[in-house]
Amino acid sequence: MPRRDDIKTILIPGSGPIQIGQAAEFDYSGTQACKALKGVGYRVVLINSNPATIMTDPEVADRTYIEPLTLETAEQVIETERPDALLPTLGGQTALNLAKVLHDQGVLERFGVELIGARYQAIHKGEDRQAFQEAMARIGLQTPQGRMATSLDEATDFVREIGFPAIVRPSYTLGGTGGGIAYDEESFKRVVTQGLHNSPATTVLIEQSVLGWKEYELEVMRDHNDTVVIICSIENLDPMGVHTGDSITVAPAQTLSDKEYQRLRDDSIAIIREIGVDTGGSNIQFAVNPEDGEVVVIEMNPRVSRSSALASKATGYPIAKIAALLAVGFHLDELPNDITKETKAAFEPSIDYVVTKLPRFAFEKFPDTPNDLGTQMRSVGEVMAIGRTFKESLLKGLRSLELDVRSPVRKCPTERLEAQLSPHPGRLPVLLELLRRGKSVQLLCERTGIDPWFMAQLCEIVEAEREIATLPEPERWDQELWREIKRVGFSDSDLAAIIGRSPDELRQLRLAQGSAPVYKTVDTCAAEFEAYTPYHYSTYEWEDEAAPSTRDKVVILGSGPNRIGQGVEFDYATVHAVWALREAGYETIMVNSNPETVSTDYDTADRLYFEPMTFEDVLNIVEHERPAGVIVQLGGQTPLKLARTLTEAGVPIWGTPAEAIHEVEDRDRFHALCLRLGIPQPRGGAADRPDDAKALAAEIGYPVMVRPSYVLGGRAMKVIRNGEELERYLEEVYAELSEAPSILIDDFIEGAREVDIDAISDGELVVVAGIMEHIEGAGIHSGDSACITPSVGLNPGIERALLNYSVRLTETIGVRGLINIQYLVRDNEVFIIEANPRASRTIPYLSKAIGHPLAKYAARIAAGSRLADLGLTETPRLRHYSVKEAVLPFTKFTGVLPVLGPEMRSTGESMGIDRDPDLAYWKAQLGAGVRLPSGGKVLLVDDPDRAEQLELLEQDLHNAGFAVARTSGAAPPQSSGYGLLIDTVHTPLLRQALENGIPYATTVEAATWTVRALQKATSSRLGVTALQDLFADVAVTNPD
Amino acid sequence: MAMLGKPPAILVLEDGTIYRGYAFGCPGRTVGEVVFNTSMTGYQEILTDPSYHGQIVTMTYPHIGNYGVSVYDMESNRPFAKGFIVREFSRTASNHRSNQDLQSFMEQHQIVGIEGIDTRALTRRLRDGGVIKGVIYHGDADEEEVTALVADAREHEDIDGRDMTPEVTTPLPYARPTFKENPRVVVVDFGIKHSIVYKLELAGSEVIVVPAQTTPAQIMALNPYGLVLSNGPGDPDGPKYAHDTVWQLLGLLPTYGICLGHQLLGLAVGGQTFKLKYGHHGANTPVKNVITGAVEITSQNHNYAVSMDSLPGQQFQATHINLNDDTLEGMAHVRYPVFSVQYHPEASPGPHDAGYLFDRFIEEVNAFEGASALPAVKFEGRV
Repeated sequence: MPRRDDIKTILIPGSGPIQIGQAAEFDYSGTQACKALKGVGYRVVLINSNPATIMTDPEVADRTYIEPLTLETAEQVIETERPDALLPTLGGQTALNLAKVLHDQGVLERFGVELIGARYQAIHKGEDRQAFQEAMARIGLQTPQGRMATSLDEATDFVREIGFPAIVRPSYTLGGTGGGIAYDEESFKRVVTQGLHNSPATTVLIEQSVLGWKEYELEVMRDHNDTVVIICSIENLDPMGVHTGDSITVAPAQTLSDKEYQRLRDDSIAIIREIGVDTGGSNIQFAVNPEDGEVVVIEMNPRVSRSSALASKATGYPIAKIAALLAVGFHLDELPNDITKETKAAFEPSIDYVVTKLPRFAFEKFPDTPNDLGTQMRSVGEVMAIGRTFKESLLKGLRSLELDVRSPVRKCPTERLEAQLSPHPGRLPVLLELLRRGKSVQLLCERTGIDPWFMAQLCEIVEAEREIATLPEPERWDQELWREIKRVGFSDSDLAAIIGRSPDELRQLRLAQGSAPVYKTVDTCAAEFEAYTPYHYSTYEWEDEAAPSTRDKVVILGSGPNRIGQGVEFDYATVHAVWALREAGYETIMVNSNPETVSTDYDTADRLYFEPMTFEDVLNIVEHERPAGVIVQLGGQTPLKLARTLTEAGVPIWGTPAEAIHEVEDRDRFHALCLRLGIPQPRGGAADRPDDAKALAAEIGYPVMVRPSYVLGGRAMKVIRNGEELERYLEEVYAELSEAPSILIDDFIEGAREVDIDAISDGELVVVAGIMEHIEGAGIHSGDSACITPSVGLNPGIERALLNYSVRLTETIGVRGLINIQYLVRDNEVFIIEANPRASRTIPYLSKAIGHPLAKYAARIAAGSRLADLGLTETPRLRHYSVKEAVLPFTKFTGVLPVLGPEMRSTGESMGIDRDPDLAYWKAQLGAGVRLPSGGKVLLVDDPDRAEQLELLEQDLHNAGFAVARTSGAAPPQSSGYGLLIDTVHTPLLRQALENGIPYATTVEAATWTVRALQKATSSRLGVTALQDLFADVAVTNPD
Repeated sequence: MAMLGKPPAILVLEDGTIYRGYAFGCPGRTVGEVVFNTSMTGYQEILTDPSYHGQIVTMTYPHIGNYGVSVYDMESNRPFAKGFIVREFSRTASNHRSNQDLQSFMEQHQIVGIEGIDTRALTRRLRDGGVIKGVIYHGDADEEEVTALVADAREHEDIDGRDMTPEVTTPLPYARPTFKENPRVVVVDFGIKHSIVYKLELAGSEVIVVPAQTTPAQIMALNPYGLVLSNGPGDPDGPKYAHDTVWQLLGLLPTYGICLGHQLLGLAVGGQTFKLKYGHHGANTPVKNVITGAVEITSQNHNYAVSMDSLPGQQFQATHINLNDDTLEGMAHVRYPVFSVQYHPEASPGPHDAGYLFDRFIEEVNAFEGASALPAVKFEGRV
C-alpha cells in the first residue's frame, strides 16, 4: 500500500528534556521522522519542551510547539492544529505515555485523531508487565516468573515464593527508574517502595532473577503488509543484572550459533505480531542461559528506543525514518534502501565489522552515591566505535570515552582490583589489568559471568600488548608490522604507554613507514552491493574506500559522548554548522563518536566519519581529507581541547584562533585583559599554602568562593563565610589530596544575580544576541540554574554596561564566531566571572528565543560571511519571554539531597515561552516535568536567615488561596498531603518530596518565581504558540 | 613480523592478485572458485553444505569460529567447501552446543583456511570483477611460487558446464527410519543438505533419498506421493541426465525443487539458466511472493539463476521475485502441483520465513491420490 491520503496532518510528540534513560537519541529519531514525513507531503506538527534539539528548529516541522508535554497543552495543540493522526513511537517513553493519557482522557476520540504506528492496545500489551507476560504465555514463550504487585505486602508474599535475588520493575517508567535487584528482604523493601512511588500506575513487577544469563536485544521492524525484518542483534558483554543502557554492548551477537539466533529471530517476529505493533520499530530483549540455551523474554519496547538509535548507527539502516514512513502506510518493499539505492528497505542488514557501545557515567558528580550498576540505568551518555574486529572496536570505544582508563588501575594493588569485579563503571579496565597481571580467563569469567569468548578477546589484547613490549625498538618496525600492531586497535598513545615512548614520536615513525589507516564504508550489506552513502570508519587494512573528493571541504568536529555539562546542545550546534557550511557551498565532513545524535545521521553531513574524538584519530582524518578548515568551536570542550594540538600540527582551525581561546582560559592572562579593558572582576587570587589562603581570604573579605586549582568534581568548591570555616575546608582538602594544590579564592558577591550573555562576532561587528538573567542567585552553576531572556530585573544602566563590556571583550579577544560571558550583578555593579569563546550550552535555547540560528551563523562567519549578510546586526527586541529550566537526575542517585550548587549536575533542560514572564516560568516548570499545584497545601520550612522573604511568600500564597503549613527543619518529617515544598535550609524533607514526586523549591528566588507563577496561573489560562508564529516577521532560512 | 606467532599463508587469485594472511585449519594448499557469503552466523552449515563443493568460501563477517562446531549443525557428513577465508578466526569457542572447535574440525576434515586478510577488499573485488578461481597456500610464497600458484588457479577446471553431482550425491538410496505412517516422498540427492530431509520429515512425510542418477522408473517403483529435487553444487547445465529425469516425471507427482533442483526443473521444461556475476550467498535476501504480496527474508546460495523470460509461460508462472535484483526466485506449474524455489526454505543457516513451503508441499502430497490417478501428460514445452 502506498502512502495514506486520508491523513494530512500528523502530530509528533518529542521526548522532552534530556534525562538519564531518555536522551538525545530521541532528537535523532524525531528529526528523522519529521523530515521523512514532510518529505512525502504531510503537514507535521511537533510538540517538545526541549529547545536543545534539532527537531524543535522551526525548519524541521511545519508547526513547532516548544510547549510542555502534558495532557493540557497537547490538547490545546490538537485543538488548534487538528491533526488527523498522532505518531507516538518516536519520542521515547514520554511520547508513549502522553499518547496513552490523551487516549484515556478521550482527547483523541473527541478530535478524531488516529494513533498510528502503535495502537493503544499494543502500547498497553508491550508496556504493562502483566499483559505482556500473558501475551508471551499465549505464544508459548517463557518470561521470568513474575507477579504484579500494587503494595509492599503483596510484593513480599510473592518474593517469599520465588526467593532472592529478585528483580523489581516499576511499570511505565523509563530507564528502569525506581527498579533494582534485591538480594534480601531489607533491600527488597527499599526497592519496592521506591518502585511503587516511581510508577505512574503504582505497580511494580516482582520477577525471578536471571542474573548472569547472556543478554540479547533484537531490533525488529514491521509494516502493514506484515513483513517483519530484524535490523540488528545486540549482545551485552555485561550479563543480565546490569541495565542494557549501562552495559557494554556489541553488535552483532557474537556467541550465538545460527540455530540459536534464528530461534530468537522467530520469537521476535512472533512477539511483535502478538503484541500487535502495526508498523515501525520495536526492541525486544532476551536472556539466554549459557548452560543450556534456555531462553526467556525480558521485555519489549513497542517503539523506537535508545537501542534502535544504536542499531541504526551500527548498521546504517535508518530505523526511525523507515518507521515513520511505515506508519503512514508504506510497505518495506516499496521503500528504497538509501545506501544501496537499488535494493529495498525490506531486508536484514549484514555487517562486516563489529560495533561496540560503551556507556559514560557521571558518578563523580554524586560522590556520596555508590557506583555499583544494576537494573536502574544511570549512565548519562555513550560512545560507539566501529572496528573490523571486536578488539579494534573495543579499543576505539575505550579511547572515545575521553577518560583515563589506564592509569587508575596501573597503581592499584591486585587484591583491590580483585575486589572490583562486580559491575561498576570501571570494570573493563580492571579486567584488562588483572589479565595483564596473569589472572586466568576462566577465573575472571567465573567471577563476572562474562562470556568466555569476550574474556578471551580481552586476553588477546593483553597478549598483544605483551608481545609489543618485547619487540625491538619501534625505529625498526616496518610497514607490515605497524599494520599488524595497529589493526589490533591500539592508538599511538596506547602503544606509547606500552613501550615507553611518546605518542608523537610513534606517530612520526609510523608515518615514515607509510602506515596510515584506511577507511571502510558502513553499507548495510557487507559489500554485496555498491554503497552510495559516505559513512566511514577507520581500520588498518589494505583497501581504502573513502577517496577524498576534489571539492573544498570543511571538517566539523562533534562533541563526543554526552555527559553532564556537554550534552545535546553541542550536537545541535555542530549540526547547524554542517547545514550552514553546506549552504555556503562546502563539502561538509562530520566526525563524532556519539550514536545518540543527529550529527551522526548519515545524511546530515556530506561525509561522516564515526571515529573517536582524539588527536590521533582526528588528525588521521584531516590528513586523509585535507580540508580547507576545521571547525572546533561548536562541539563543546571535546573538540576545543584539540584546538591547540591540531593548530601545532598545522591544521587550519577556522573561527576563533586557538590562541584567543587560551587567552581567556588562562586565569592570569584573563585577569590582565579585564584590567586593561576596565571590566571589573570579583577580587580574587591563588594561595599555595594554608596560611597564604587565610591571609588572602581576609584581604578579600568574607564570604569568599574557594576551590582547588584543579577540579575535583566540584566537591571542593564552596562558599566560605568565616575564618573557621576556611580552616575546616583547608583541612578537608589537604587530608584528601596527596599533592597540595593551590587554592583559588574569589570574592563571593552575596545577593548578586548571575547573568549570561551570548554574543556573536564576524571580526568587525559584535552583536550581543541575548541577555539571560538567572533565576537562582550566584553560587549555583549556570548550567543548573533557570534563566529568563530578555531580562526582567536589570535596569537599563546595567544592561548598557553588560552590552558595553561584552562588545569590548569580544572585539579585543578577536572572536570570530560565538562567545559566552558570565557576569555577576549586584545593585549597580557588574563583575565579569568568565568568558568562553565558543558555542555555549545556551545557544539552542537562545536561538529559539530570538529566532536566529546562532550556531549556523557562527559557522557561516567561520567560512567568511558577515553578520550583515546574515541579518543580525543588533540585539533582537522581543515581545515574549523565554525561560530555561534545568532538569536534574537526582532520582537516580539514592540519598542525594536535591540541592543546586556550584557543580553542574543537570542532564537536560526545558523551555517555556509566553508573553508573560511568570507564565513562561510556569511553562518551563511543566516542560521539565514539574507539576505545580493549583491549590491545596504548601509546606514551608523555617529559615531564620530569610525569615522576611518567606513571610512575604506566605502572604502571597494565602492571597492566591493556598493553605500554608510551617515546619522547622528539626521537626520530624511531616506527613504528605502538601503539593509544594519550599525548603531553603535544605532538610531531608527535600529528598522525601523528590521521591514522592512533589515539587520543591530550594532557593528563595525559585520560590518567589514559583509563587508568582502560581498566582498568575490561577487567573489566566496557558495558551500555546507555534514557533513559526512567534517569528512570522523573521525570515527563516531552510537547512537544505 | 608475524604477530602472535601466527604462521603465514597466502591467497592467490587467477588474475595474479595476492592477499597475505595467516594459516588456520588444515595445513596445505587448496584450489577452487572463490565466493563470498554475507551470513553473519552459520559458518558450520555453510562449510558442510554440498552446494559449496569446489568452492573456496569467504565469510564477510569478520569473526568466525566463536561458537565452535556442533554435531547438530552438520548439513552433510563432512565439509564440502574447498577452503575457508576469514578476517579473524576465533581460537576460543564458547557455546553450550559446541562439541569441537573450528580449528580441530577443519584439521579433521582437511579444510585449508586463511585468516587475517582484508576480506572486505576481497569481497568488493569479487562483487566488481565477478567470480574468480584462487589458491590458498600455507607458507611464505616467494615470487616464483606465486607465479606457480597463479598458474594453478588458472589451470583449475572451471565449474561452468561441469556435472558435479556424482561427486556429492549419495552412493546408495537410504530411507530415514520413521515410526509414523506418513506419505512417502522421494528426494533426489544432487548434493542435499540434511535440513531439507529434516524439514520434510517434520512437515509429515517418510523420506527416501536416492542417488542423483536414479532413473524415473526406479523412482516410481518406490511408489512415492511426492518428489523433491534437492539443492546441489555447480552449473545446472552440467547434469544433463537430470533434465531428462525431471522432464519424464513432470506432472506425475507433486514436485518441489530447491535451488539446483529449481534450476534443473527450469531447464527440464525448456527454460534457460545464466550465471550471476557473483551469485547470491547470504541469509538476508528479500523475496516477494507475487501471489500473496508477502515478503520473506531468505537464505540463498547459488551462482546460477533461471531466466524469467525463458519460462514457458503457458506452463509455468513466476511465484517469487528477488527484491534486490528482480531475478526469478520461485515458479509453479499452472496446473500441476509442481513448484520450486531458487532459495533455501530449509534455511540452516538463515531465517525460517519460507518454512511454509514444506507444509505447502506436504499438503499437495497428502492431497495426492497416487500416480495412477494422474492424467497422462504429453509435455510439449521441452526444447
